[in-house]
Amino acid sequence: MASVTENTSPVDELHIYEPHRAGLPKLGPYTRQLWARREFAAEFSRAGIRAANTQTLFGQLWLVLNPTLLALVYYVLVSVIRQSAGGFETLAHITCGLFLFYFVSGSITQGAQSVTGGGKLIMNMNFPRLLLPFAAVRTAFFRFLPTVPVYFLIHILAGGVWSPQMLLASVFLGLTVIFCIGMAAIFATVQVYFRDTSSFLPYLVRIWLYLSPVLWFADEAPEQFQDLMVLNPLYSLIGSWTDLLLRGIIPEPKMWLAASIWAVLAFVGGSLLFMSREREFTVRL
Amino acid sequence: MSSLSASDSTPTPTPGGTEVPVAGPEDGANPTAPHVGEPAQPPATAAAPPPVVSVQNVSITYRTTFEAAPTLKNTIVRLGRGERKVKVVDAVKNMSFDIKPGTSVGIIGANGAGKSTLMRAIAGVLPPSQGRIEVRGRISALLALGVGFNPNLTGRENVILGGLAAGLTRAEVKERADEVADFAEIGDFMDMPMRTYSSGMYQRLAFSVSVHMDPDILLVDEALSAGDASFKVKATAKMAELMESARAMFLVSHSLGSIREMCNEVLWIHKGELIMQGSPRRAIRAYTNFLKVGENAYTFEDL
Ligand SMILES: Nc1ncnc2c1ncn2[C@@H]1O[C@H](COP(=O)(O)OP(=O)(O)O)[C@@H](O)[C@H]1O
Ligand SMILES: [Mg+2]
Repeated sequence: MASVTENTSPVDELHIYEPHRAGLPKLGPYTRQLWARREFAAEFSRAGIRAANTQTLFGQLWLVLNPTLLALVYYVLVSVIRQSAGGFETLAHITCGLFLFYFVSGSITQGAQSVTGGGKLIMNMNFPRLLLPFAAVRTAFFRFLPTVPVYFLIHILAGGVWSPQMLLASVFLGLTVIFCIGMAAIFATVQVYFRDTSSFLPYLVRIWLYLSPVLWFADEAPEQFQDLMVLNPLYSLIGSWTDLLLRGIIPEPKMWLAASIWAVLAFVGGSLLFMSREREFTVRL
Repeated sequence: MSSLSASDSTPTPTPGGTEVPVAGPEDGANPTAPHVGEPAQPPATAAAPPPVVSVQNVSITYRTTFEAAPTLKNTIVRLGRGERKVKVVDAVKNMSFDIKPGTSVGIIGANGAGKSTLMRAIAGVLPPSQGRIEVRGRISALLALGVGFNPNLTGRENVILGGLAAGLTRAEVKERADEVADFAEIGDFMDMPMRTYSSGMYQRLAFSVSVHMDPDILLVDEALSAGDASFKVKATAKMAELMESARAMFLVSHSLGSIREMCNEVLWIHKGELIMQGSPRRAIRAYTNFLKVGENAYTFEDL
């Protein structure tokens, strides 16, 4: 487990610092560094969670209570709009999508602050900065985890189906994590240049929520927009997650494809954008 | 960039501006000035160990705007007015020097000379805009602002994080946290959030972390200024001890007394240019001459 590269010959470690060619650091060494310091990202996130008091029972409870209350608000909203109380099935549907959406939005908000909030660490330490958005996504993920049992409880109350297909939902959870890392990296970068990004984020997140299959099912998208829907990454990611977990329906191949493409695109694009700007972070904080 | 030997570097330190009344004709008499032998050095490298730190034609520029905080709103307002104020600061200008193993380097110069910028570049925090820096060994940086401390975390958590960021393994870091606490003498505060620390405690911990990370190269940038007298003595002793095992140390200080005491080579930087690399005695004399205050008690006051 111990990183081999670090232990071989620390005394003869040769570091060369040069201007980044075309804005990007050399990817090979960068990735190795990233891997060697992964413990840092984990510990950084862990310490942040500890400092936020989420280790305590009430802290944990709040993590669950907050999205659950939000789900209840939307449940009321949907019931009023549809003029019929949907019962536990509707609530199960909303919580299923909303909890995952909450993870995405958490990654974005935490990620946006990861670099600008990294202050002295960035000024005084040399490490691959990409670890900061990684840590932000890890934090968001560990805030998402306690909501999973809540969902299953509602799933049971709603008398939902139990099928082996549900296990496939974890694929889309994985893809969402990859997607989130990309988004966290993008917003972390943007936040450095435009410090008011975080004040626009709530609106962006809210609109994105309504455009995503959280309050409606993926196959309920209005017909004229059906083809455009794949342009929303969360359409395939959250839509498929909900279909599998809630209804045990295996999504169409195009959903698998769209979700994978979006995850990879966001991850690669976000990481490259971040890395190409990384050098300037020190100068701009 | 292809030629690694800093061929364009001036063989003798020349005064950067006309106002600098320093010439370095006696360079040859000084064994610790590697600058002199620049053309003769490459053949000799067969026997001599490679430099620990090699700075080759390095320039570093900051680009800043005058906005207090860069925001989208400001950008739009600025676009509307069609103005774009960007100030380019050449913090380090075409600097070249080599540091041999076992050297403890003092860096002197006025405020804004580019000392911290150079330290950040050697630590790898700030990549150069031009040129190349080679560093052999693991760096532990103690820069002016302290290591990357988060005030909401406890001292111990910060120490562990700092160690992990510096590339140590978790086991190594855990083991060291207690040594760090002992050296810093902050007692129970080790497990308290760092926002409860006094600035002196903060710096003790920062220093203690740096010296316990097994640095091959230690960078200290004006970091000892806040500690109390007894800790300063202890820190000085620790640095001297480290110098026996470390491969190099860089000490930025305005206290010429500490520089003279601890360093065996001095770099004098002025407005981003290396004016002189030489023995502490010579460089300090030249520097104080330049300051036109002479070597009086004022400049030797331990800061
Ligand atoms: N983050 C920054 N953005 C813009 N300019 C900077 C920044 N940091 C330092 N500078 C400028 O670079 C020059 C060198 O600064 P610095 O290296 O901090 O000097 P020193 O440590 O010798 O006092 C100064 O002119 C300073 O104004
Ligand atoms: Mg400074």
